Amino acid sequence: MTTLDYSDIGKVIPRVLREDETTPTVFTEPQPLVKLDRRQFLKLTGLIGGGLMLSFAPLRKVRAQDGTVFSPNVFVKIDAEGILLYAPNPEIGQGVKTSLPMMLAEELDVAWEDVRVVQAPIDRAYGGQFAGGSMSTPTSWEPLRTAGATARHMLVEAAAQKWQVSADTLSTQDSMVKHASSNREISYRELAVDAAKIAVPSRGSIKFKDPKQYRLLGKRITGVDNDAIVRGKPLFGIDQMLPNLKYAVYQKCPAIGGTVKSANLDEVKKMPGVRQAGVLEGTGNAMEVLPGVFIIADSTWAAFQAKRALKVEWDENNASKDSWSETVTQATKLVEQAGNRTVDTGDVDAAFSANERQAEGYYKYFFVSHAPLEPQNCTAMFKDGELELWAPTQTPTWGMGPAARAAGIDQSKVKLNQLRCGGGFGRRLYNDFMCEAAAIAKNYPGVPIKLQWTREDDISYDLFRGGGFHKLRGCVDEQGKVVGWHNRHATITGDQGIGSGQFPMGMVDNLRVEHTGIDWKHRCAAWRAPGSNVFGFVLMSFLHELAYAGGRDHRDVLLEMLGEERLMNRGGMHTGRAAACVKLATEKAGWTNRKEGRGLGVAFYYSHAGHIAEVAEVSVGDVEGTVTNRQGESVQKRSLKVHKVTVAADVGPIINLSGAENQVQGSVVDGLSTMVDLAITFENGRVQETNFDKYRMLRMAETPEVEVHFINTGEHSPTGLGEPAFPPLAPAVGNAIFDACGYRVRTLPISEEGFYLV
Amino acid sequence: MKVSVNNTTHDLTGIDPSTPLLWVLRDHLNLVGTKFGCGISQCGACTVLIDDTAVKSCIYPISAVGDKDVTTIEGLASDEEELTPLQQAWVDVDVAQCGYCQAGQIMATEALLRENPNPTDTDIDTALAGNLCRCGTYLRVREAVKVAAKQRS
Repeated sequence: MTTLDYSDIGKVIPRVLREDETTPTVFTEPQPLVKLDRRQFLKLTGLIGGGLMLSFAPLRKVRAQDGTVFSPNVFVKIDAEGILLYAPNPEIGQGVKTSLPMMLAEELDVAWEDVRVVQAPIDRAYGGQFAGGSMSTPTSWEPLRTAGATARHMLVEAAAQKWQVSADTLSTQDSMVKHASSNREISYRELAVDAAKIAVPSRGSIKFKDPKQYRLLGKRITGVDNDAIVRGKPLFGIDQMLPNLKYAVYQKCPAIGGTVKSANLDEVKKMPGVRQAGVLEGTGNAMEVLPGVFIIADSTWAAFQAKRALKVEWDENNASKDSWSETVTQATKLVEQAGNRTVDTGDVDAAFSANERQAEGYYKYFFVSHAPLEPQNCTAMFKDGELELWAPTQTPTWGMGPAARAAGIDQSKVKLNQLRCGGGFGRRLYNDFMCEAAAIAKNYPGVPIKLQWTREDDISYDLFRGGGFHKLRGCVDEQGKVVGWHNRHATITGDQGIGSGQFPMGMVDNLRVEHTGIDWKHRCAAWRAPGSNVFGFVLMSFLHELAYAGGRDHRDVLLEMLGEERLMNRGGMHTGRAAACVKLATEKAGWTNRKEGRGLGVAFYYSHAGHIAEVAEVSVGDVEGTVTNRQGESVQKRSLKVHKVTVAADVGPIINLSGAENQVQGSVVDGLSTMVDLAITFENGRVQETNFDKYRMLRMAETPEVEVHFINTGEHSPTGLGEPAFPPLAPAVGNAIFDACGYRVRTLPISEEGFYLV
Repeated sequence: MKVSVNNTTHDLTGIDPSTPLLWVLRDHLNLVGTKFGCGISQCGACTVLIDDTAVKSCIYPISAVGDKDVTTIEGLASDEEELTPLQQAWVDVDVAQCGYCQAGQIMATEALLRENPNPTDTDIDTALAGNLCRCGTYLRVREAVKVAAKQRS
């Protein structure tokens, strides 16, 4: 066996979605539509010998070419049977399978009850079909409204011709065209055949609705898959069923980068239910297929049992030796040394010499894992040189090229069906699981296999949010105004540190940022609100420290820093929108009217085009002795109760109020869960916390009340909500803890400083 | 070996008796509404009822079911039936984000409401303490439980 070199694995910088990136680079040919009537459909989705076909089952009796279907674009199909809207992007829990079709439906002017929504096939005609960077909403806003309005325009035109009246005299509502003066009306369904004959108008001739006329956008709409979810119907990637399906597992080296020396394959192959076992040397790309041993069996349980009995001798010469405890020690020295100076404005040294009122804080954050509740999985079939995949992925189009490479075929031979994801959080931006399934299927041709990662696989081979360390110094002048800021930080390689456009750039005259990279072998990548999810905590906690050093109210200092209304840093954050959020959140939370025994903390953060302020109301218990933390330190043990979090968010107009509110509430819960007790540590290259017994997320009893206020001035386009409500939570809670008891938390998770949630 | 699931008796001849109920449901009976999350009884995505008790099917060997009745999410309302008030509450409150944990949350609630038709917040928190929601929909789960309790009473 040839040996691939994995010595540079830690140098691979995973592709991270940037906020300005909207176009995927990989496309595939349009998927043929499968024509099914309801009986056939039920048979295919049924219990015996069926498969989960939702990804390419359009409205029944849709016939694309015979003139009975009105389909002016790939998003809308109307025929005598009904109205079908295609949801283009992956659904990962962010609600786009409901909210994006709502944009279509609003401009199409259909009654929501008349609409059936299906997941679109993978087709470049849909534009960038991915879920990441909170981009689905902003990138869909123009095209989907255009698609809906275009279709409406053509339906009106068809009615005008039918009735021999001017289109200007017609109106639409609830899937009907109406002619008020003659009291006539006709349904879109009845118009489908005629509308199909109308030429598609140019974009310039299409008018959008005045938002005041919206009937659907901004309302509370229950998710389109909710009925299927509460019935337990096949829906997610893991639910994929196919005739003669076999079940696969894949064991990689626990210290990432290790290669297979030998394995007890003969023994494993003799186990009950095991069909095949073999070694994959990997593709040489750590984001695709790492070396390991695959097992194919008759059931998931048989495959899991075989994986447990598998004994592999690993060559760990080039494998990870990552050690978090050593890194923690090393970092204390790194932040004492000058790093790569990425920002240096004004005269920082002079500012610190001239102003005696200063604060200093050493912040650190551990690694965390995405841990979506559906462990990574992918179903694949390799047959006659072609590969078909059924995958829960955030980036279906990006995964097809790598999957093709893993199977050793051209990408044109790959067909991908996108399925609902049981959570994403950034993990499913990366398609290593899809590549593994492709490579395993190649080794077992003609039979569909479902690759199933265990929870331990899912956490151990995650692409983590990296840890980091910040030494912050700041100074304030006689009036308590922040005049100097120095952030020296060390973060894991692959992360470039705080960008030059981040807070408080442009708000503090004398600002210096220095960065040092720390080498790391385990893969790190985008995790919900990348960068912002940790920088928000560090920066917005330290700002509170400076407000306190200056003897001033935190909200006042925050508003002073935001200053006059302006757009910062080549677009992006608007200080006026930011200030409005800070004012509303603090007002609603009773900032100037605090309850006895409660602490209040505020934080604002701008990320993913969302302006969001949060205020946490907490109480902290008395010290209950000491407890030993993960770093072996003895720290004082205290309880923390987060009673309420008040959120003010300006993300432009709200598409689905129910979904939007749910995203904010969920982000607050995720933010609290992550800041309190989530940490991944590494020793000898191995992840130490690999399941939920040691990676303990927040439960219902600890969930605070979350009050959400949306600001919409009517001047802006909508932006996504999967991420921006996450970053302000941790600093708001940290600041509230200080307000409650005078103790400053500077470590994520705060259980490292003795806090536990009640 | 036989097992009764959603009022249908299935012959499990040839299946390893140590196989957890979860995988029998998913791989052998094609009842995939019950989800795999952790495999060690920590997340509750695999929650089903055995008689009236909520159990984590990922660690419950099929051989231990015996002549008891298993109810899964698919057993609440069949495809052709209207949703039960419990399921309808989940739709009306729009609980789900990704939706992956919700079958487990619903089955844990079914067990709770069978035993305690009018649960307090604390009762709900305790009954659902074993059910993780990675998306953080707990506030809506709690609300839906209350709506369902009201509808059933």
